[in-house]
Amino acid sequence: MLQTIIVAAGEGESQNPLLPAAYDIIWSLVCFVVILFFFWRLVLPRMKKLLDERSAAIEGNIEKADAAQKEAEAALEEYTAQLADARAEAAKIREQARTDAQRIGSEIQAQAQADAERVKSNAQVAIEADRQAALVSLRSEVGTLAIDLASGVIGESLSDDKKATALVDRFLADLEASGSAGADTSGKK
Amino acid sequence: MATSDDGGFHGPSIDEFFPPAIFFAGTDFEINRIVLIRFLAVIAIILVFWLGTRRMRVVPGRFQSVVEMGLDFTRVNIAEDLLGKKDGRRFLPLITTIFFAVLFMNITGIIPFLNISANSTIGMPLVLAVAAWIAFIYAGLRKHPAAFFKNALFPPGVPWPLYIIVTPIELVSTFVLRPITLTLRLLMNMIVGHLLLVLFFAATQFFFFTASQTSIFYSLFGVGTLAFGFVFTLFELLVAVLQAYVFALLTTVYIQLALAEEH
Repeated sequence: MLQTIIVAAGEGESQNPLLPAAYDIIWSLVCFVVILFFFWRLVLPRMKKLLDERSAAIEGNIEKADAAQKEAEAALEEYTAQLADARAEAAKIREQARTDAQRIGSEIQAQAQADAERVKSNAQVAIEADRQAALVSLRSEVGTLAIDLASGVIGESLSDDKKATALVDRFLADLEASGSAGADTSGKK
Repeated sequence: MATSDDGGFHGPSIDEFFPPAIFFAGTDFEINRIVLIRFLAVIAIILVFWLGTRRMRVVPGRFQSVVEMGLDFTRVNIAEDLLGKKDGRRFLPLITTIFFAVLFMNITGIIPFLNISANSTIGMPLVLAVAAWIAFIYAGLRKHPAAFFKNALFPPGVPWPLYIIVTPIELVSTFVLRPITLTLRLLMNMIVGHLLLVLFFAATQFFFFTASQTSIFYSLFGVGTLAFGFVFTLFELLVAVLQAYVFALLTTVYIQLALAEEH
């Protein structure tokens, strides 16, 4: 192709396209330098600035996300610690309650036992006193009865059956009457 | 452009690339159509990237996204991929400049009313290639001030008698052929692309308006050449992007080779 072009150039008696003309070089150089400085001084610095900004923005976002994650982790840790604390506290309280309950239970039991003992001994004492009183009153009453009966027997004629029966009846009636007011009778005698 | 009013068919010629001067004719500062298109491409680059990076936001809008995508392509896929982050940043201005300069100046080849690539005269490809050449020599000398030329011309691990053969080959391939191939690859792609498009559309013009007066069937050829012209316009779009990528990538590869420990 090169050959053809040179031949064609020769035929037309015109310039060789491979021989640069001075104006061609000069204006090309001007264009090149202009474009080079344009890219070098203006476009590429702008582009670099943009890329830096962009990566800074991306890094900033990543940092922000990292910070958020750390915060969340810290919160979780704190929460877990609090939960563990609360559990321990609860266990302690429960333990305390159990020992308290045990203590209170045993105290109550002891108290109840003591009360029961006391009530029992009181009752025994009272019973003993009543028994003694009953014994004493019975003894005196039996004596009185015997004396009454003996005096009745002595005062009446015992040969007469009819009289004897009437005596016994009367005695019994007296006894009955004295039974209804036994306390007064025993108290008087 | 190639068909004149006399009605005959004129194929494209190399004169396409030497349009008449518009300003400063005859001086070293002559400005013709192609140089004006070059200026236009520079203005387009400045406009796009100035507007695209004027108020950059962390969350980009649509236009900023597109501009960022372009800049990221050279930064990540070319510079940082091959040179690593540190060296990639050092040479990023040059690599970005080469990529977008080549891209915008190539693309004018298929923009209506411009219709010629600003890289289709040798000046621009040559300047860019020389810039790449200076860049990789500078990179090598900065990294290995003493050993760069020695390693480049006398590769370690080669028995010394072979240097008689190896050294001239290395000298030519590294320091001579690299800028030349960079220049010619881009220049020829643009020249041939332009000539092809002119050929197809000139033929279309000829078939539709001149030959069809002889026989209407010639119009069918015109449809064919028009279709080819359309397909090749799309192809030129691909070539424009591809050549920009290749130029920037090769520049980066040369810098990478110069920076490598074992050259």
